[in-house]
Amino acid sequence: MIYLDNAATTRPKPPGVAEAVTAAMMSWGNCGRGAHEEALASARAVFSVRAKLAALFGCPRADHVCFTPNSTQALNIAISGLLGPGDHVISTDLEHNSVLRPLYRLRQQGAAVDFVPADRRGQIDYADFGHLLRPDTKAVVCTHASNLTGDMIDIGWVGDFCRAHGLLFILDASQTAGVFPIHMEKQHIDVVCFTGHKSLLGPQGTGGLCVREGVDIRPFAVGGTGVQSYLETQPTEYPTRLEAGTLNSHGLAGLDAALDFLEKTGIDSIRAHETALARRFYEAVRQAPGITVYGDHSMTERAPVVTLNIGDYESGEVADELAERFGIATRPGAHCAPRMHRALGTTEQGAVRFSWSYFNTEEETDAAAEAVRILATEN
Amino acid sequence: MRQKEEKCVVTFRTTAAAMEMERTCKAAGVPGRLIPVPRTITAGCGMCWAAPPSAREAVEELVVAKHLMIDGIYAIIL
Repeated sequence: MIYLDNAATTRPKPPGVAEAVTAAMMSWGNCGRGAHEEALASARAVFSVRAKLAALFGCPRADHVCFTPNSTQALNIAISGLLGPGDHVISTDLEHNSVLRPLYRLRQQGAAVDFVPADRRGQIDYADFGHLLRPDTKAVVCTHASNLTGDMIDIGWVGDFCRAHGLLFILDASQTAGVFPIHMEKQHIDVVCFTGHKSLLGPQGTGGLCVREGVDIRPFAVGGTGVQSYLETQPTEYPTRLEAGTLNSHGLAGLDAALDFLEKTGIDSIRAHETALARRFYEAVRQAPGITVYGDHSMTERAPVVTLNIGDYESGEVADELAERFGIATRPGAHCAPRMHRALGTTEQGAVRFSWSYFNTEEETDAAAEAVRILATEN
Repeated sequence: MRQKEEKCVVTFRTTAAAMEMERTCKAAGVPGRLIPVPRTITAGCGMCWAAPPSAREAVEELVVAKHLMIDGIYAIIL
């Protein structure tokens, strides 16, 4: 099997990740519940992950890194905890449903939401952020990269825009964390929402949000914290403010090992490898008969994703044929990005997404390109 | 029952703050360890940093220098 569905979840994980999870399961107690060595081992390791993520995302305070099971929950917490009826929010057509559905729900509750439109090529015009700005605009919520096309949003530009207009900036880093540099302070980002199981190379069930000091997010869930037990309300201090219930410390042990791998390998090396493979694939397939590749591939800075269609061949059938005949795992269909599919005109056909990780090779990439060329020729 | 002696006890509102305290003290070579919060103290976090009384000054200096998020510092017999 050649696995090219790394934008859905990376596979395999780096050496040491599974071992760290197993070791944690066999030895740790519950983080923050008790002060015996087994509980402290868990608490120390969880704090270590906070510190590593704070360093990775340019977040000055490790205690402002809060854990959730995934970025969808992190985005729900940030959006529902910072915005409400009467607020206006700007987002984009590039977004995943993890941003869109919380925003649509917010709109039902009385907020106003506008989307910077993507054109037929999936591109946005940054001037539209300014055109959509209103006196009651409170925040910009956007992705760092489209999960469908790999096209990126210039978050430095968005951060400057938000700072200039006094807006909160909530970033969905699901597709870029661990591959592209993100710096909350330098890029004026108020909340970074991330998932552990994609380009951070950790286990599923890990994720979270890094919050700028002074940004007070209303707690989404309240409950057991191991601290301030006689308080009837959720503690106000981060990270406990946003962490009710037992943390997935076993998963975070794996994420800790994954972050060590990222640090040791270097995200610049990882990005160079992945984007080179994506570029190699793009160049090999783009002129095959009937191929449509989506997104702007003239950009060097793009997530390692190539999404395409072969004539009018249904994307699900293409992916199935790739899997059955060639042993290549890809993702077809709608990709949880309905606005982007509408912009690209692929709502009926869907699209086939190929996505790379650090563990893919040129040989795998070439085999996938050859399979696409064969299908294109046969179509 | 163990022999009781005076301790310098630092309390916290979150587990993360307690972890930061332990990490900072270890790095600075300041003695102490994390223990369950004694019932004589009303504290937010279920664990506290217990240090020998002689380390109190060093602990207080670290708290200020490293902006550690503490709830309180106590001298109690444990």
